Amino acid sequence: MAVGKVTFTKAEREKLAQLLWLLNWISVLTGVILFSLGLFLRVEIQKRQEVMSDQEILYVPHMLITTGLVACCINFLGGKICYECTDTSKFLRWKLVLLPYIVCTFFFTFCVLVGALMCYSIRNQLEESLFLGLRNAMRYYKDTDTPGRCFLKRTVDLLQMQFQCCGNAGYRDWFHVQWISNRYLDMTSSDVRDRLRSNVEGKYLMDGVPFSCCSTLSPRPCIQQQVTNNSAHYNYRHQTEQLNLWRRGCRQALLDHYTSIMRSIGLIVLLIWLFENVLRLGNPDCESDGWILENSLAETARSNFNIIKNLGKCYQVDDDPNINASPLSA
Amino acid sequence: MAVLRVKFTKDKRDKLAQVLWILNWISVVTGAILFSLGIFLKVEINKRWELMAEKDIQYVPNMLIAVGLLACGINFLGGKICYDCVDTTKFLRWKLIMLPYIICTFFFTFCVLVGALMCYGMQSELEDALTMGLSEAMRFYKDTDTPGRCFLKRSMDMLQIEFKCCGNTGFRDWFQIQWISSRYLDTSQKEVVDRLRSNVEGKYLMDGVPFSCCNSNSPRPCIQWQITNSSAHFNYDYQTEELNLWMKGCRQALLDYYNHIMRSIGLTVLITWLFELSVLTGVRYLQTSLENVLRQGDPNCESDGWLLENSFVETARSNLNIIKNLGKCNQIDTTNNGDPNINIPSTSKADYGPDNVPPKQIPADS
Repeated sequence: MAVGKVTFTKAEREKLAQLLWLLNWISVLTGVILFSLGLFLRVEIQKRQEVMSDQEILYVPHMLITTGLVACCINFLGGKICYECTDTSKFLRWKLVLLPYIVCTFFFTFCVLVGALMCYSIRNQLEESLFLGLRNAMRYYKDTDTPGRCFLKRTVDLLQMQFQCCGNAGYRDWFHVQWISNRYLDMTSSDVRDRLRSNVEGKYLMDGVPFSCCSTLSPRPCIQQQVTNNSAHYNYRHQTEQLNLWRRGCRQALLDHYTSIMRSIGLIVLLIWLFENVLRLGNPDCESDGWILENSLAETARSNFNIIKNLGKCYQVDDDPNINASPLSA
Repeated sequence: MAVLRVKFTKDKRDKLAQVLWILNWISVVTGAILFSLGIFLKVEINKRWELMAEKDIQYVPNMLIAVGLLACGINFLGGKICYDCVDTTKFLRWKLIMLPYIICTFFFTFCVLVGALMCYGMQSELEDALTMGLSEAMRFYKDTDTPGRCFLKRSMDMLQIEFKCCGNTGFRDWFQIQWISSRYLDTSQKEVVDRLRSNVEGKYLMDGVPFSCCNSNSPRPCIQWQITNSSAHFNYDYQTEELNLWMKGCRQALLDYYNHIMRSIGLTVLITWLFELSVLTGVRYLQTSLENVLRQGDPNCESDGWLLENSFVETARSNLNIIKNLGKCNQIDTTNNGDPNINIPSTSKADYGPDNVPPKQIPADS
């Protein structure tokens, strides 16, 4: 028994085919939207690839890009099919292709759903990647004379200014790294040598931060050296001073930035997926009697399973019905 | 003799009407573009309004917005007119409006040209506004506790970071003003007191700059204090160090930015002006050729189109006469007491028909 059998007159059929043609072209447009969203996300991730330790999260934009391209092709083909459905003679051309096409589109909409869910699930991996990437960037901040790392100072400075953040989790992270290169340290000064000797690794550590941590909202000129020393600056208490430096850590700032992008993209992709489902329900109506499935869903599943079983069986030698069967009747 | 007379067949007229219809719609789009360029310029100027002194430069974006809206309206009407001009009967509807429409459009294109020239002429006023505005902003940089000026520090910092500039003409401008508020100066310290006494106005001047002047391309951590003192920092030579701070002045940076915008907008407006002028010429030809069709009576005949019916001089003279007579129509003529119908003896010979025989005098009844 067919599932959802509906009959159509010829005029209704033509109108339906035209409507479906229009819908298919709209979904080509949504395929283009998917593609451009994937491209946008890829560009955003590439922009900050220096502060991310691994690039595996690139699989999300790649997935979106491929599903976008596939959407365009599938819907273009579907548009052609539906357009020719209006003419029954032309429909015969497409009759054989129709069922594989419908199966392909079911898998494809599944991929779109997976793409949408990936956008939401990537947060943890991103956080880990940002933590490691920022830590390395801060460690190599001073190595502006090392090829391959000379740009990290500029990257971190621009990042801190643009995202209004300081350090990995906060500004105190700068107290644990040497961010001033030895080239600019006067080794003859006793101050410098004391500081270098004061820790195990011989690093020049101090309670100062780079200028890019300075907050533009502060009413007073920026205090970036001796940040924790209240007596070094007039009318200054570092425990209550909130406006002097950026309080947020860059990991949190970047995470928020990417999460909001991915959430918006995920929402748009989900909407596209819902739209595609509506389209798929309408698409098989191109057939003259408008069946949704030729048999009921259960029978279809059973017959597909049998087909798969017999595919396996065809290599077995026994039960060949043509071998020496004695005729039962003369 | 007509100015630039062109012969039009019926086909040419129809084609001209159709082409003009399309061109008018394209002009509507360019009018919308002009409008949005005006809005964009207005927004850009307003963004940095605090850094510009009180100069009237808002007239340029306002002019562009008005011109854009006018262009949309005029060309929309023009499109409708040209669409109807294919059919001579529909043209009769528009016949009376067309000449005033063409005159209005001519003045409008003149306004567009003025708008384009204004874009290029605004530059000197902008420079003055920026010079004064930036020096004021730097002077009030420290006044973060004064309402009405408390945002100037932030504006100045964001400007220097975004445009990669420092000071008005260079970083040395910061050496001549006190940019640290007295609230944060320990006046009990001898050093501070010495500095305050070292100049006439009692300002705390020093060779230091705010953090926003720091160049992010510098390989070393930023040196913002004791900039001119090479011995205060290790391995630092003040005369040769170029990467430490931004070297460009903010006035130059902002001027370059705005000049770039104004040049692009000015070019777009000039192109729009040329386009509008060509559309206007086409509409004028269409109008004159259709009027000549009506004069000749046959809708399928060839007709002439021109820009002006007579030469420039004659047209100017006749228009001047019309204007003079408009003034005169209320004056009373002093001869004949003003009434032309009063008793003028006939000075011309009467015409009594082909054989010129005067009629017999009919004797009066006795």
